[in-house]
This record gives sequence, C-alpha cells and structure tokens, in this order.
Amino acid sequence: MREIALKAVIVVVICLTMAFIALPVASLFLKSSPDAVLRSMNDPAVKDALRLSLTTSTLTTLIVILMGTPVAYVNARFSYFGKEVVDSLIDLPVIMPPAVAGIALLMAFGRMGIVGQHLNTLGFSIAFTTLAVIFAQVFVSSPFYIRQARTSFEDVDLSIENAARTLGASRIYAFFHVTLPIAMNGLISGAIMAFARSLGEFGATIMFAGNFQGRTQTMPLAIYTTMQGDLDVALCLALILVAISFLIIALVKTLTRRMYKNVRD
Amino acid sequence: MLEIDVEKKLRDFDLESNIKISKGEILMLVGDNGCGKTTLLNMIAGLTEPDKGTIALDGRPLYDSSIKIDIAPERRRVGYVFQSYALFPTMTVYENVAFGLRTRNLSNREIELQVREHLADAGLWEIRNARAMKISGGQKQRVALARALIIEPDILLLDEPLSSLDIRKQAEMRRELREKLRSYAVPSIMVTHDLRDVACIGDRACLMERGKIVEAGRADDVVSWASVHAEIDGEDIATLTR
Repeated sequence: MREIALKAVIVVVICLTMAFIALPVASLFLKSSPDAVLRSMNDPAVKDALRLSLTTSTLTTLIVILMGTPVAYVNARFSYFGKEVVDSLIDLPVIMPPAVAGIALLMAFGRMGIVGQHLNTLGFSIAFTTLAVIFAQVFVSSPFYIRQARTSFEDVDLSIENAARTLGASRIYAFFHVTLPIAMNGLISGAIMAFARSLGEFGATIMFAGNFQGRTQTMPLAIYTTMQGDLDVALCLALILVAISFLIIALVKTLTRRMYKNVRD
Repeated sequence: MLEIDVEKKLRDFDLESNIKISKGEILMLVGDNGCGKTTLLNMIAGLTEPDKGTIALDGRPLYDSSIKIDIAPERRRVGYVFQSYALFPTMTVYENVAFGLRTRNLSNREIELQVREHLADAGLWEIRNARAMKISGGQKQRVALARALIIEPDILLLDEPLSSLDIRKQAEMRRELREKLRSYAVPSIMVTHDLRDVACIGDRACLMERGKIVEAGRADDVVSWASVHAEIDGEDIATLTR
C-alpha cells in the first residue's frame, strides 16, 4: 500500500514538473493564430531581428570555435601554472548575471572603457554596434563550447594520439587527423549549445549593444520591444525561437548519443 | 644496437634502467604492474622525457640529456604496439595501416601497394574496409602490428600485445608474433606479465622491480628467476610456464 502511494506521489511530481515546463510553451502555440503568425513573418521587425540573430549567432559560433578549440585542447591535455585560474575564468560568464556581463563589457570596450577609450581615439567604436552584439554573445556563449570541447578531448585516449606520433605524425597532424575526428561529435554538440546561447542572449546585449532595429535588435530584444505594441509579432518571434530550440535539442541529443557510442567503442 | 641508460623520478620510486639490445634481438621485460615497464617504453619512443641519461641507436643519440638532444617521437622510427592497440576508431583497417605512410607523403599508389602487402600478409585484406573498432581482439592485434611494421621501424616496442586476448587466441598469436618479430632484424622490446610469452618469444629477458632491472639473462633462465622471486602478480609460476 505504501509502495503504491509512493509511486503515485512520484507520478504526480513528474506530471506537475512536466506541466510547469510544457504549459508556457504550449500556451505560445495556443495563444497565437496561424494567420497572425504568417502575417507577422513579413513584419520588418521580425525579418530584421531574424536576419541579425542568425548572422551574429553564426559569426559568434565560428569565433568561439576558433578561439575555444585550442584553449579546450590545451586544458584537456596539459598541466601548466595558473590552469585553475584559466578554468575559473572560462566558467565565469555562465555564473555571472547577464546584466553584470553587459556592464563589464561596457567598462572594458565602451567609449570610456579601459580598451574602448583607446579604440575611440583611433575612431573605432564597439559599443552599440552590431560588433557589440557579437562581443556580448561570444562572452556569454564561449563557456558552453569550451567546457564541452574539453570533455570531448579528455575522452580521446592519449595512447591513440601517442600512436599517431610514433607513426610519424607531428602534434598538429595528429590533432587534425586523429584527435579532432574522434572528438568531432562532442565539438559539434558544444558549438550548437553555444549557438543556442547566442541566439537567446538578452541582458548583456541590451546593456552593451543597445536595442536598435536592424543593427543590434536581436530576436529576444525584438520580442521585448514588440510585445509592448503588437503581441502577434512578439508571439511569431517567440515561436521561431521555440522551433529553433527544439531543433537544437534534437541535434544535441543525437550527437551526444553518437559521441558516447564512440567513447564506449 | 639499442643502448638505453636513463633515469626518471616517478611518483613512488626512481626508474633507473641500463639495457643494451642487439639488432634482431627480442628482449622481454617482465614485472609487476606499475613497476615502470610502460614508462620505459614511452621513454624509448620519445613520448615521455627521462630526467637524464641517453638512448642511442647504433651510436646515433635519440635522447641525450648532457647535450640536450631529444628527437621527437615522429622522427624516431619506432614501431609501437600499445597495450590497448590504440587503433584510430574513426578509420577503417586500411586507413589505420596506411596512416604511417600518409604522414610520409607517399603517393596513393605506393601506399596501396604496401598496405595491400601487409594486410594480405596478416590475413586482414578481406576486412580492410571494416571500422577498426568493429573487429575482433585478435584482428585488432594484427592491425596494430601491421600498422607498426609498415613504417619499417628501427626499433619495435610491444606493450603486453597479447594481454587482452583469450587463452586460445594468445597461444596462436604468440606463435605468429614470434615469427613476425624474428623476420624483422631490429631490436625489439616486449612487455609482458606472462612467462609463457617470455619462454616462447624472447631471446633475453629482464625482470623489473620498482624501476630497476633486478635480473637479466637468457629468456630460458626466466623460470629460475621466477622461482627466486616466487610470484609475479600473485600467480603461480608453474602454471604460467606450463
């Protein structure tokens, strides 16, 4: 009897948790009419935000991959003085509130910032430009890629790399021809997570890049702006982001399954 | 002649080894887990740097701490069969064996000729397109050996190459391995826990304890050392050598 009651409690808790997550997502679909969504797709705010978000998130992901892969590999394979500090710095943006990230970026790269003031004298400004959107996205999304990439590199058996070296491969050749292909699923999974984080970035972007349509107004910012006037446009943007989120979850799950299968093999 | 005289401070003890191996000779390295056997192989291959000493092949230094020579692993021409075989899991059997030739920028035609010869010789040509991780333990061992031999190494290192095979397969592979190693006139070192490997494959044997060579001599003598040292890994020597 007590076992049945316990099972019932567990089922109720699971159902409540699922409902709490699913209800808001379902409400987005229930509250929007297909006609209004399709009409809103042609709204300039939606088009601009979609184009800007996809462009900046793609560029951000490429930058994060280029910058993050060597860092992740070195941290996975080597011990060096200050490694703990580097690790903590990499993780910092995950814990840091986005508003703090935004103001921190302003203090560094804003017109009066530590680096920004020198750039400003050269006639180069970052804050409140599309570049600032990318800066904010790189700042908040890089840990998602670097952490995943590091784990993927750690999962590659060192003796496999060593075997490549004894067969005549330099470190670089072994990395590109042996290590990278084995770690690839994990790296792609990390890149997708970084892309998703960039796409959803709000706090740091609005503080450091502002909210200018066509220039710095990404999809989350456009939702925030349009919901104060035209709810249909906001819902349209939200549905697009939900669809992308589902796609990302499916991709990450597939790749993670493949990655662990490779590791098991 | 391969001459090794190296020292390295390990976590629990100091590794100090002085070994000479002639061309075509097979030296068996026997000892407990963690006594420094694999570390010694890694030092010869250039994967682990000794604290000091020399490693020289035919008088040519591969490592010499006094004149700061440390030839990179990719330039040492060492054929190394790792304990886990370390096959490249994303590649086929063919690509695994071809890898060492690709790093030498040979033409595809030349690579195919050599890989075909080695795979056919090892009875692996039929499974050349199979993924390296999808083949049996015995086949993996053959692929690892073919991959190490195709680069025409100057030194051969084998780290417990039979340990992950079942008993029946071990006996078969032991014979194959002996013939293979005999046909290559290079200094070979094979690490093993199994005294049957020593008796069947080796010319000479060294017993290693906590980083030091405590016994060395003809492989046939290993049984008498074993009786002196009583047991290796808690196993009965008589059973191991039967």
